[in-house]
Amino acid sequence: MADFGGEDTTAFRAEARDWLTANFPASLKGKGAMIYAEAATPQSADFKAWTKAMGEKGWGVATWPKAYGGGGLSKAEARVLQQEMNAIGAWSPIGGMGVMMFGPTLLEYGNEAQKQEHIPKIATAEIRWCQGFSEPGAGSDLASLQTKCEDKGDHWLVNGQKIWTSGAQWADWCFCLVRTDTTKKHEGISFLLIDMRTPGVETRPIRLISGNSPFCETFFTDVKVPKENLVGPLGGGWTIAKRLLQHERSGLAGGGGGGRGNLFTGPISDLAKAYVGVDSAGRIDDADMRSRITQHEIEARAFQLTALRSMSEAKSNSGPNTTTSIMKNAGTKVAQDRHELTLEILGNQGLGWDGEDFKAEELAAVRGWLGGKAFTIYGGSAEIQNNIISKRILDLPDPLSPTKA
Amino acid sequence: MAVLNEEQSMLRDAARTWTREKSPVTAFRKVRDSGAPLGYDPAAFAEMAEMGWTGVIIPEEYGGSDFGYLSLGLILEETGRTLTASPILASALAGASAIILGGTDAQKEAWLPKIASGETVATLAVDEGAHHRPNHVAVSATNKGAGYTLSGTKTFVLEGMAAGVFVVSARTSGDVDDKFGVSLFLVPADAKGVSRKALKLADSRGAAIVTFDNVELGADARLGAESQGYELLEQTLDRARAGLCAEMLGSAVQAFETTLDYLKTRVQFGQVIGAFQALQHRAAKMFTDLELARSCVEAALTAIDNNAPDTAELVSLAKAKMGDTLHLVSNEMVQMHGGIGMTDAHDAGLYLKRARATEATYGGQAYHRDRYARLQGY
Repeated sequence: MADFGGEDTTAFRAEARDWLTANFPASLKGKGAMIYAEAATPQSADFKAWTKAMGEKGWGVATWPKAYGGGGLSKAEARVLQQEMNAIGAWSPIGGMGVMMFGPTLLEYGNEAQKQEHIPKIATAEIRWCQGFSEPGAGSDLASLQTKCEDKGDHWLVNGQKIWTSGAQWADWCFCLVRTDTTKKHEGISFLLIDMRTPGVETRPIRLISGNSPFCETFFTDVKVPKENLVGPLGGGWTIAKRLLQHERSGLAGGGGGGRGNLFTGPISDLAKAYVGVDSAGRIDDADMRSRITQHEIEARAFQLTALRSMSEAKSNSGPNTTTSIMKNAGTKVAQDRHELTLEILGNQGLGWDGEDFKAEELAAVRGWLGGKAFTIYGGSAEIQNNIISKRILDLPDPLSPTKA
Repeated sequence: MAVLNEEQSMLRDAARTWTREKSPVTAFRKVRDSGAPLGYDPAAFAEMAEMGWTGVIIPEEYGGSDFGYLSLGLILEETGRTLTASPILASALAGASAIILGGTDAQKEAWLPKIASGETVATLAVDEGAHHRPNHVAVSATNKGAGYTLSGTKTFVLEGMAAGVFVVSARTSGDVDDKFGVSLFLVPADAKGVSRKALKLADSRGAAIVTFDNVELGADARLGAESQGYELLEQTLDRARAGLCAEMLGSAVQAFETTLDYLKTRVQFGQVIGAFQALQHRAAKMFTDLELARSCVEAALTAIDNNAPDTAELVSLAKAKMGDTLHLVSNEMVQMHGGIGMTDAHDAGLYLKRARATEATYGGQAYHRDRYARLQGY
């Protein structure tokens, strides 16, 4: 693949290759997906060493500034690094919400002290972040959130409840949307950083249909938060949140391919040949299923081509384009369809819940299928994404106040 | 929209300006209502040729500009927007591709300059039945002396009444569905034994049934190797399909934009109907599909320009995805316009009819989904 923009990355490629060879433990080759599937899995010595090496190098957050512990790489260099990692089955152990969403947002909106305090610890995976946005009464209508934040002079006092806080039970800190003004809806929201060890913070994992508990309810009862933990201006939280959600959505669209939790690698058509069988011409022995697999593969390829097009357009226009707005819905649909097809291909072997009669991949498929139902709910549901396309791209009137059109 | 070079941007802008000023949908409507047998306006086609649109993929030594398939796609996208009828697709894209890919120097010299100037219309005479099945070839070419005798009938020949030369697939050996045994021939429309009959189609474009009755051809009429013409035919068809997809993209984008305008102006229950979420989400779905389809179409055209090894699968991907998208958008155009969309006076019906014709041309969605699966090995 050609390097974009004509930047000479030959020397960097050699440097990256040498460093990865010296530091990436062979035992972790290709294991990235499995480790992310189980966030609470005990970490091996190799995993810890690899995390430390990547953290010190700053390459888990390759394009972030060196001053805050990032890699300081150009976009072209970061692409080269990713290519070299892919080539040897290496993957970044530095991940999670700090890297995907909070870090980029704090780099944009945080003050110098906040950046110095928090960014380097994200770069080394020393601190894990969770997102305190949704509430029981504020899901799709996020701006109706009620968690109260009062100015007590030398500190903020927080009372309320968050829900769907991913990984809150393991998180060290929470970036939170709180209500600092009850008289205004959007302008009454502020962006606050809360240390999860503060007295009054309590988390309760929520058991999901997949049997996993990746989300929590998080309760704040008279939680005292230092004044300097406010990010951006008082009442300016909604603007920051919208920016952060853009990072979240572009991350959630994912590759539109396997979807998280799917341990079957390789083409889905090969899986169908193995489980369903082939006809005398060597084709999948179920014309209806073959047709639907084809339809799925076409949608997946169309999504991948759109991601590539979006990247090259963003590069040439140096700004966001309308294509990005469709990526979450298009990508999550592809991922969900793949889970459904995988389950159907596996037949009864895809419906095992536990035990030795099923392979690990088969058991992961059923959990992945159930977990995948969340793709079109979180990060702004499919319906909310359609609202956003209608309003922001197609310029159609707001259904709730059509006269304002 | 793909990242364009300067030539391509100029070409697109020129096409956009010309189609909107000189060839809006009203121009096509006029051609249709006149009942002119060709199905297009020769004067408008002459203007297009004058601007060089008929020579975009043709090498400079044969009178073209050699700008490539993505460039020609940009023009076809604009003509698709206004439903401009012209032989560019059949001749300057499909017919020219066959000769560029498989022609001898003498064949190129004989036909490409005339195609580039618009003087001659070339077209593919490939299909023999209701469905596109390029390997199904019953038209026979039997050896006679150093040459051949051609017999049989081709149907749904685009611009068949206007054509000066046909690129005909005929069987020189093998059974009727065998890929081996297919040969291609260049047959002048005025050759003895060639007759044609206009087909009246729902989209009002030019098409014909062409019959070859013991047409005698010299060996120099054969395009490519004897009995090994199927691969050349597939490569030619893939270029034609990719360009057709660009036209379909233009039609779909315009159908969508016209519908979106209507959602913003039609008032019911005291508000514009575009304020209703039931319609908004369907509009968002169409927008999403159009973005996905555009990626596929541009990838197919770019693959052809780059001689990429996965060209065939990208073309089938594009034809399947673009066909589904145009199908959806053309149906929604009628539905969302309501009663007015059912009237002949409104453009919705013209887009709907053209949509189905382009979907079926050179293989519909089912054909290309199946081809995509076969190319992927399942």
